[in-house]
Amino acid sequence: MPPTIHLSLNVNGAMHECDVEPRVTLLDALRDHLHLTGTKKGCDQGQCGACTCHVDGKRVLSCLMLAAQAEGREIATIEGLAAENGDLHPVQAAFLEHDAFQCGYCTPGQIMSAVACIREGHTGSDDEIREYMSGNLCRCGAYNSIVAAVREAAEASR
Amino acid sequence: MKNFSYSRAQSIDDARDAARKAGVALLAGGTSLLDLAKSAVEAPDDVIDISRIPGLDAITVNDTGAEIGALTKMAAVADHPDIKARFPAIAQSLALSASAQLRNMASLGGNLMQRTRCTYFRDPANFAACNKRTPGSGCSAIGGVTRNHAILGTSEECIASYPGDLAVALTAFDAVVDLGSRKVAIDDFFLPYGAAPHLETVLQPGEIITAITIPATMAATNSIYLKVRDRQSYEFAAASAAVGLDFEEDGHTVRDIRVAIGGVASRPWRARAVEQALIGKTLDARAVERASRLAVEGAVTQGDNHYKVHLAPRTIARAILTLGGIA
Repeated sequence: MPPTIHLSLNVNGAMHECDVEPRVTLLDALRDHLHLTGTKKGCDQGQCGACTCHVDGKRVLSCLMLAAQAEGREIATIEGLAAENGDLHPVQAAFLEHDAFQCGYCTPGQIMSAVACIREGHTGSDDEIREYMSGNLCRCGAYNSIVAAVREAAEASR
Repeated sequence: MKNFSYSRAQSIDDARDAARKAGVALLAGGTSLLDLAKSAVEAPDDVIDISRIPGLDAITVNDTGAEIGALTKMAAVADHPDIKARFPAIAQSLALSASAQLRNMASLGGNLMQRTRCTYFRDPANFAACNKRTPGSGCSAIGGVTRNHAILGTSEECIASYPGDLAVALTAFDAVVDLGSRKVAIDDFFLPYGAAPHLETVLQPGEIITAITIPATMAATNSIYLKVRDRQSYEFAAASAAVGLDFEEDGHTVRDIRVAIGGVASRPWRARAVEQALIGKTLDARAVERASRLAVEGAVTQGDNHYKVHLAPRTIARAILTLGGIA
């Protein structure tokens, strides 16, 4: 069994080369090998959503995906969300505006999930936002502000 | 998680050859496999990624029914306009499962093959005894905390419940699991427990689900999936019901009714006694409630899960009454 495999990962439009054990998840590859620590490790079991990033434009849990599965795909993380000049993405700005966090640990996952939720069109009502954001837990309980931020960002994008 | 080798199958024949060998695990979405590997329930030597095999992710809907490739993502089926229109219970069962992220990852074939959420099964570090994980080792759940365990189809060896939603809806509407070389009715696909609870489906080494087909029926078009759970979203069913209904020309006599339940049984559970009691009848609340109780005849409860004896019939009744426009 080869101890490592070589992967070329396209993260936020840039190619990264890494040698990882086959069992390494996308989350661990991002954090420990590419040093992109914006994507957070919460439960590491697919239950909290802190590790949410996008693969080929769809939100996924990077803790339940092997890095090898993401090879050849377009991976997007929180680090790639703001404009190059530093202007925040509208969802990031809405989270700031609505104070949609307390400790902030779940926030990158919340924001990546919200960006996808808005793109999917699942923001027709607060109930729909809650349903389609239910995969992202916030132990501080900032849910009301998170829903408000997603609602405002969704309205602004229409 | 134990390390393993990783390779990608180029074709379904590649994957079948690989799957015949011991120690090989197939990976489609990977959400179940990685979760179980992290807790050491699964410890494959070789992981074969089948997700890039072409031609297994199409959705076709026509007047005879629907055919869905096994690698189709849950989200793609849940959001498909023709599935939503002609098989609403199927679309709802998927939309009410897992989270948006997981639905983008998990495949339909993998969804059928998901393992129980029994906490004893999933915790080998603390509970060595599990007949499903290690045949003959005993059952840690019996006599333990059993709130989420099955009341139907259990055995003295295992009381774990089947956690999925999609398979429950498929069972109500006589779906067929296509293995390429043979086709298996969904009701025959999942094995009853008995003495060998580690055997969950009829799949043999080297067999892979290639597609799921659902015949078009009036009952499937007029259908609902009702899921009752401890929290409103992102949670497994405490009880669920997939119900389909078709009336005679008079608009109130039941011509066809389908009932399958989840969250309460060792496998997706067709409640034929409920169906038989209501065919040819006019629906009213009392008749529906009485018939729904037939679903849990023969239930064996553990104490903690006794509430399901009441919850499951109420879930069925509410689904039927809602669908029939009576509730």
